[in-house]
Amino acid sequence: MDFLAHWGLTLSVFLPIVGAALIAFTPKEQEKTIKFLSLAFTFLPLVVGVLLLRVYHIGMTGMQLETNRSWIPSIGARYHVGIDGISLPLLELTLLVTFLCAIYSLKWLPEPHNPKGFLALMLLLETGMAGTFIALDLVLFFIFWELVLVPMYFMIGLWGGPRREYAAIKFFLYTLFGSVFMLLGFLALYFRASPHTFDVLQLQRIGPSLPSGIQNLIFLGMGIGFAIKVPMWPFHTWLPDAHTEAPTVGSVLLAAILLKMGTYGFLRISIPIMPHAARTYAPLIGALAVIAIVYAALNCLAQTDLKRLIAFSSVGHMGFVMLGIATLTQIGVNAAVFGMVAHGVITGMLFFIAGSIHERYHTREIPQLGGMALRLPILGGLLAFTAIASLGLPGLAGFWGEVLALLSSYNPLSALSSHTFRVYMVAGGIGTVLTAGYLLWMIQRVNLGKVPAQWEGKKLVDVQPLEMVAWAPLLLLTLGLGLFPRLIFDVTTHSVIGLTKLLGG
Amino acid sequence: MRSVAWLIPVFPLLAFFLIVFFGKRMPRKGHEIGILAIAASLVVALGVFFQQIAHSDQVYERSVTWFRFGDGGRFVELGMHIDGLAAVMFVVVCTVSLLVQIYSTEYMRDDVRYTWYYACLSLFTGSMLNLVIANNLIQMLIGWEGVGVASYLLIGHWFEERANSNAGLKAFITTRIGDVGFMFGIFVLFWAAGSFNIAHITSVVASGGVARGTLTWAAILLFCGAIGKSAQVPLQVWLPDAMAGPTPVSALIHAATMVVAGVYLVARMYGVFHASPAALNEVAIIGAITMVMAAGLALVQDDIKKVLAYSTISQLAYMVAALGVGAYTASVFHIWTHAWFKALLFLGAGSVAHAVHSFSMNDMGGLRKQMPTTFKTYVIGSLALAGIFPLAGFWSKDDIINGAYHSARAGSSVGWFVFLAALLTAFLTAAYVARMVALTFYGKPRYDPEHVHPHESPKAMTIPLVFLAFMAIFSGFLGLPGKLNLFAGWVRFGDVEHSFNLALDAFSTVLALSGLYLGWTIFKLHRVNIDLAKSPLAWFYKLLQRRYYFDDLYFNGIVHPVAGPIARAAYWTNQKILDAVINFAGTATVALGRFVYRDIDQQIIDGGVNGLAQGAGAAGNGLKFWQTGNVQIYAAGLFVGIAVFVGVFLIRG
Repeated sequence: MDFLAHWGLTLSVFLPIVGAALIAFTPKEQEKTIKFLSLAFTFLPLVVGVLLLRVYHIGMTGMQLETNRSWIPSIGARYHVGIDGISLPLLELTLLVTFLCAIYSLKWLPEPHNPKGFLALMLLLETGMAGTFIALDLVLFFIFWELVLVPMYFMIGLWGGPRREYAAIKFFLYTLFGSVFMLLGFLALYFRASPHTFDVLQLQRIGPSLPSGIQNLIFLGMGIGFAIKVPMWPFHTWLPDAHTEAPTVGSVLLAAILLKMGTYGFLRISIPIMPHAARTYAPLIGALAVIAIVYAALNCLAQTDLKRLIAFSSVGHMGFVMLGIATLTQIGVNAAVFGMVAHGVITGMLFFIAGSIHERYHTREIPQLGGMALRLPILGGLLAFTAIASLGLPGLAGFWGEVLALLSSYNPLSALSSHTFRVYMVAGGIGTVLTAGYLLWMIQRVNLGKVPAQWEGKKLVDVQPLEMVAWAPLLLLTLGLGLFPRLIFDVTTHSVIGLTKLLGG
Repeated sequence: MRSVAWLIPVFPLLAFFLIVFFGKRMPRKGHEIGILAIAASLVVALGVFFQQIAHSDQVYERSVTWFRFGDGGRFVELGMHIDGLAAVMFVVVCTVSLLVQIYSTEYMRDDVRYTWYYACLSLFTGSMLNLVIANNLIQMLIGWEGVGVASYLLIGHWFEERANSNAGLKAFITTRIGDVGFMFGIFVLFWAAGSFNIAHITSVVASGGVARGTLTWAAILLFCGAIGKSAQVPLQVWLPDAMAGPTPVSALIHAATMVVAGVYLVARMYGVFHASPAALNEVAIIGAITMVMAAGLALVQDDIKKVLAYSTISQLAYMVAALGVGAYTASVFHIWTHAWFKALLFLGAGSVAHAVHSFSMNDMGGLRKQMPTTFKTYVIGSLALAGIFPLAGFWSKDDIINGAYHSARAGSSVGWFVFLAALLTAFLTAAYVARMVALTFYGKPRYDPEHVHPHESPKAMTIPLVFLAFMAIFSGFLGLPGKLNLFAGWVRFGDVEHSFNLALDAFSTVLALSGLYLGWTIFKLHRVNIDLAKSPLAWFYKLLQRRYYFDDLYFNGIVHPVAGPIARAAYWTNQKILDAVINFAGTATVALGRFVYRDIDQQIIDGGVNGLAQGAGAAGNGLKFWQTGNVQIYAAGLFVGIAVFVGVFLIRG
C-alpha cells in the first residue's frame, strides 16, 4: 500500500511506455505477442489505477499520492506528480479508454496493417495523456503534453483516411503552434516567480500575487495553447479534419482524452495560478464557449460525413465544459469536470460506432446510409442510445455536465457580470435544442427509414462479441454516471471547492 | 402504503430494462412483464390513493440525498411528494396505462417490434409516474424528458415511413423548446429559493422570500415547458402529427401521460404561479386562445384521430385556463374526467380503424350496426366530451366555466375572456363531436365493401372500452355540487372553490345541446348543405385547413432556414474563413521557407560564404524539411524558438 501511494501513479503512467518498448523489440511477424503485450500493458495500468482508488482519500482537499523528486536540478525541474479530485477521474478515464482501444484493436486494425507500429504508438500515447493529468511540474507537464503529439501525428498520418497527411500535419503544427505560447507562458511564470520554480503547487501560492498586467499576458499565452487543444472556437478547425481522417482508435482517444488536456490545463494551471487574469478573461472565455455551442450545432446540421458530424459535436460539448469553467464557480467547475468525463465516455463511444459503421458499409456518408435499425438492430440501437445520451437526456451521463454548466451561468462568480452570463445561458439553451435537432436528424437518416436498395442482399453483420466487450464499459458508464452522478461528484467536489476558494468564490 | 409509493414508478421503469433484455425470450414477447409491472403499480397506487384521501390534509414527503454537487444546499434529492393531486394522478396514469397495454395485446398483435413497443410503453409510463411523484424539480425534469424520449420512440414506432419518424422528431424538438424554458425556470427558482425542493420553494414563496418580478419570470419560464408538453399555442403543432404513432399510444399520450404533464407542472408549482398574478393571467390567456383555436380545427378534420387530437389540445386548454383563473380543483378534476373519456375515444377510434383499416372518416360511415360495443361506448365518450348532463365531462367542464365566471365577477377582465372562450368552446366541442359520431357511425358506408368487412373487435379491445365507458359516465359524480363534492376535499389549493351555479350550468348545457344539434343537422340529417370552400367564409376555411399557418411559419421561417442555408452558411464560414486563415498561414510559412532557402540561403549566404559550407549546409538541409513537412524539424524549430525566448528573458530579467 505504501509503495502504491508513492509510486502507483508513476507506475500507471509509465507501464504503457514499457509495453511500447517491449513491442518495439518484438519481431513484426509475431502479431499475437504484440497484441498480447498491448493488452497486458494497458490492462496493468488500469489495474494499478483501480488499486489507487483504495489509497486515495475521497473527500480530502488537495493533492494526494504525491511523489516529488529532484529531476533536472540545473533548471529546477522536479519529478513532481500527484492527483486530486479533478485529475483522478481523468486519469482513470484515460486508463480505461486506452484499454478498451487495445481490446478493440485485437480484431480491428486500420490499414496499412502494422500492429507493431500502431499499438506501440498507442501505448506511447497513453503515457503522454496519463502523464499530463498527474504532472505537477510545468516542465514535466510540457514533456507529457508534447509526447502526445508525436504518436497521434503518426496515427493520423500513417493509418488515416485519404487526406491523412494534410490532417496530420495540420493537427501537429496547429497544436505545436499553441504549445509555443503555452511554453512561453510557463517560462514567464518561472522567471517571474521568486524563487524561480516550475512547481505547480508553489506557483499556485506565488502566482496570485503577480501584478495583474503580467498575469493577463501570461494567461493569454497559455490560454492560446490550451484553447487550441480543447478546442475552443475559433481555434477548432484542426479537429474535424483530424477526426475525419484518424483511424477509429485515434478518433476515440482524441475525443475521449486529448481534448480534455486543454480544459484540464485551464483548471490545473492557468486559473489557480493566475486568478486575477481568470476573472479578466472569464467573460471572453464564456462568449467563445457559447459561440462554440451554437456554431458547432449549426455546422453539424450541414454535415454529411458521420465522423465529421461527431467531431463538430465535440466542439459544442466542449463549449459547455468551457462555459462551466468560465463561471469560475463551484457548480460550474464541477459541471465542467463531469462534462469532461461524460463527453469522453459518450463521444468515445460514438466514434467507436462510427468506425464500426464504416467497417461494415465502407462509407460514412449519412445520405447513403439508412434503415440501420432494421438491418443491424443492435448497432442501430447503440447508436440511438449513445446519440440520445449525447444530446443530454436526463438520466444519462451527458445531462449533468450541461445542465449544471447552464445553472452556474445564471449566477457566475460575483466578480463577473451575471447579465452577461445569463445571455450565455440563453444561448447555451438554444444550443441544446439545436443539438437535439442534429442528433435526432442524424438518427433518422442513419437508423430509420427503409433499407436503401444498395444494401439489399449485402452481407452486413451486427455487433460482434469483441466489439461488445470493448464497448460495454462505456455504455454502462453512460447509464451509470447518469443514474449515479455521485460517482464523479463525490470525488470532484472537494477539490473543486478548494480551487474556487482561490478565486474568492 | 404511502411509504412504498416509490414503487409506483419503479415497477414500470424496471420493466423497461427487463423487457429490453429478456422480453423477446418470454412466451408472450414481453407484454406479460409490462402488464404485470403496471398492474403492480396500480395496486400500490390504489393503496396510496385511499390512504391519502383518508388523510387529505397531510402531505406525505420523504426523500434521500441523491448526490451533492457543491457545498451548502447544493444537492439533488430523490424523493416523493404525495398529496391529493399526486394520488389522483397515480390512479389515472396506472389505470389508463394498464388498459392501453391490455388493449395493445390485440391491436399490436402482429407488430414487427412488439417487444420494443412494450418496452417503450413501460418507459413512458414509468417516466410519467416519476414526474408525478417527484418532490423536486430536477427529478421532475428527468421524468419530463423521459416522457419526451419515450413519446419520440413511440410516435416514430413505424419508422420505416419517413412521415412517422418526422412526427417523432417534430414532437421531441418542439417540446424541447419549451423544456429549455422549464429548465431556466428551475434555475431561477433554485437561485431564488436555494433549493430544487418543491415544498421548500413553495414555502419560501409563500413567506414572501422571493421578489415579485423574479416569481413572474420563474412562473412564465416554467409555463413554457407546459406550453410545449401540453401543446398549447404557439407550440401546439406537434400534437396532431403525433397521431402517426400506434393508436393505443395516442390514447396514453392524450389521456394520462405526456400532454397532461404540462398541466400537472402548473398545478404542482401552483404556489409559485399563484403568487404572481401576471403569470396567472398569461396562463389564462394562452389557455383561452388555445381552446377556441383548437376546437375550430377539430371541426374540419377528416381523420378521426386528428379530430381527437385537436380536441385534446382544446380540453387541455380548459385545464390550463382554469389554473389561470384560480380554479385549481376544477382543473385537476377535468384532468381526471378527461383521462377516462379521451382514452375511451382514442381506443374506440382504434377499434374502428382496426375494422376498416383507415383513420379517415371518408372510409367510415354506418358502422353502428357492425360494431355495437364500440359504437355505444364511443357515443358515451363523445357525450361526455361534449359535456352533456350527467356524464363526467359535464361536471368538470362546468366547474371550469364557473371558476372563470367567478373570476370575471371578481373584476378580472382576463376572467371574462376565459369565460367567453370556454362557452364558445363548449358549443364548438359539441358540434365537432356530433359531426364525428355522425360521420363514423351513421349514414351510408363509405368503405369499400369488397375488401373491408367491418366487425366488432376482440375482447381484449372491447373490455377496456366498456370499463372506460363506465368511468366516462360515473367518474364525474365525485364532483357533485356542494357537500357532495368529494374531489374538492382531496385536491385543492387553499379554500374550496365555488363549483355550482344552476343558471350557468343550464346555459352551458343549452350551448352544448345546440352545438350537438348543429353538427347533427349538417352532418347526419344533411338539412343544411353548404360547401364551405365556396362560401364567403372560404378564407376562414382555408385558415383552418392550413392550421392557422403555424406549421408553414415554423417550417419555412425557422426549420428549413436553420437546417438549410444557415447551417450551410455556418459551415461555409468554417471552411472558407476560419480554416482558410489557418491554411493560408501554413502555405505562407512554407513559401517563406522556400524564399529563405532559395533566395537567401542559397543565393546570399551560400553564395557569399562558401568557406563556411559545413554549417550553412546543415542549416540548408534543415530548412529543406519545411518543404517536406518533416515533423522533427518542426520540433527542432520549436526548441530553437524557446532558446531565443529564454535568452531574451534572461537578458531582460
